[in-house]
This record gives sequence, C-alpha cells and structure tokens, in this order.
Amino acid sequence: MEELYNWGRKNSLWPLQFGLACCAIEMIAASMARFDMARFGAEVFRPSPRQADLMIVSGTITKKMAPQVVRLFNQMPEPKYVIAMGSCAISGGPFRDGYNVLQGIDLYLPVDIYIPGCPPRPEALLEGLMHLQQKIARQRLTGPERPRHLDEKAPGEFPVPDFGPHDLVGPRLNKDA
Amino acid sequence: MHPYLFLAVFGLAAVSFALAPLAIAWLWAWRFSPRKPGAVKNANYECGLDAQPTGWVQFKFEYYLYGIIFLIFDVETIFLLPFAAAFKGLSVAACLAMLLFILLLAEGLAWAWARGVLVFK
Repeated sequence: MEELYNWGRKNSLWPLQFGLACCAIEMIAASMARFDMARFGAEVFRPSPRQADLMIVSGTITKKMAPQVVRLFNQMPEPKYVIAMGSCAISGGPFRDGYNVLQGIDLYLPVDIYIPGCPPRPEALLEGLMHLQQKIARQRLTGPERPRHLDEKAPGEFPVPDFGPHDLVGPRLNKDA
Repeated sequence: MHPYLFLAVFGLAAVSFALAPLAIAWLWAWRFSPRKPGAVKNANYECGLDAQPTGWVQFKFEYYLYGIIFLIFDVETIFLLPFAAAFKGLSVAACLAMLLFILLLAEGLAWAWARGVLVFK
C-alpha cells in the first residue's frame, strides 16, 4: 500500500506556477514539448497554491518577494515539496551580497532538492525532479521516519517573514544557513 | 421485475462510483494524514499577499439601472415576438395580461427617462 501511495504521488507532482527570475525560463522550457516534463507527470502547473504540491523556487528571491513565497508555500496542501532551482534560490548566487537579495530560500522553507546552475538547464531540472521522485518513493507511511506531512507534531506552516524597513524581520527556519 | 429497476441500479452505481473515491480519501486522511489547518493556509486570498482592506465595504449598486433598461429593451422583445405571432388567437384575458406586462416595463422606461438615465454625456 505504501508503494502504491508513493507511486501515485511521485508520478503526479503538480508544481506551483510561478517564476521569479531567469531560471523560470528554463523551467518553462522544461515543461514545453522539447524537454516535456509531462513524461514525469509534472506538467500540470497550477496557478493556485491550493492545487499544487511542488514549489519550484526558480530564481532570485528578493527580500520583498520572500514573504509572498513563504506564504504561498504555507497555503499549499500537504504533502508538499520544495525544489530550489539555481544558485540564487540556493544561496543568493551572484547577487548574494546584494542588499535586497535573500541568501537562499532554505532560510525560510524546508528545501528537498537543490539544483545548482546559473541557470540550470532543463535537463538539470528534470534530473532534480527525478531525484525528488526517488525521495518520495523512499518515504515511509508510518514510524519515526515518516515525512513531515504524516507527522502530527511537525509544522504545517512555516513562519512568514516581515518585510521590515531594513531587512526581513522574523524567525528563520535555518539559523546557520 | 419493475421495468425501471435498471435505472435505479444504474443510479446507485453512478453515485457510489462518485462517492467511493471520496470515502477512500477520507478514510486515508483519517488513518494516516493528520489535518494541519492554519491561519495562513485558511486565508481566502491566495496570491501570496495579505488581503489589505476588509471585505465589509459598501458596494455601489448602480447596476440596477442597466438591469431595468436591459429588461425593457431586450427581454421584452423576446416576449413581444410570440405575443405578436399568436395575437389573433389570444383570449381577452391573455391580451390584458400581456398589456399589463408591457405597461409595467413601459413604466420602468418612463421612470428611467424621467431620471435622466437615458442621457449619455
């Protein structure tokens, strides 16, 4: 039953339809005919977080945008996953020292898959998607190893930062990141 | 055997076909997946921003003017056509009822005219 459950989930990942920067162009290319993300069941980009279960953070997250990204992730139903696509989403990338750039979305969201590249090619995104599928296939239904969405005590929402006068204000998920 | 029995069976099958997946999903969620509602998750606006003003605002209901005039010029035409087509065969009562209907709508037109709604500036 666990295998059937995971098989169904990993082959019907519905990403949230939003792009932040140039990585989004590669994400669009990956979903189009040439690279065809539909082969992995992930072509149904949903415009509403209520219907999505995969967030592809594709591009530079400015500090003004970060609260919105976190809020959208919070509004997605469980089980939900995050792919940090490109060096900007991982760490801030070439804009890491910019005054207005978030140094990686993993400061606020539990990232499952990191895809390096600037921007990563569509093949890299597909590779990341396949890794995520493998990760989903390994998840247990019960027991202490079970993932967040099956754990009653694990949080369903993550703290949304405030866009303060100088910087983002609010608790971070990952303080040492 | 009742001749319509197969319809009942068919209907039952259709309803259970729709309800069974919902029941399975509900059972699955009850057994494995705990509910995790939250303030942000239950927010009714879903573009990432907080909804700024409250929804309790005064709505301007000027659309009713367009509604009345639409009723006069469009809906009345639909009723007038069968009225005209069947005019010779109509009884007096039916004719009076129809005239009353037209009078009501004409009254609306007169009212709108008097209010200056028909003047486009």
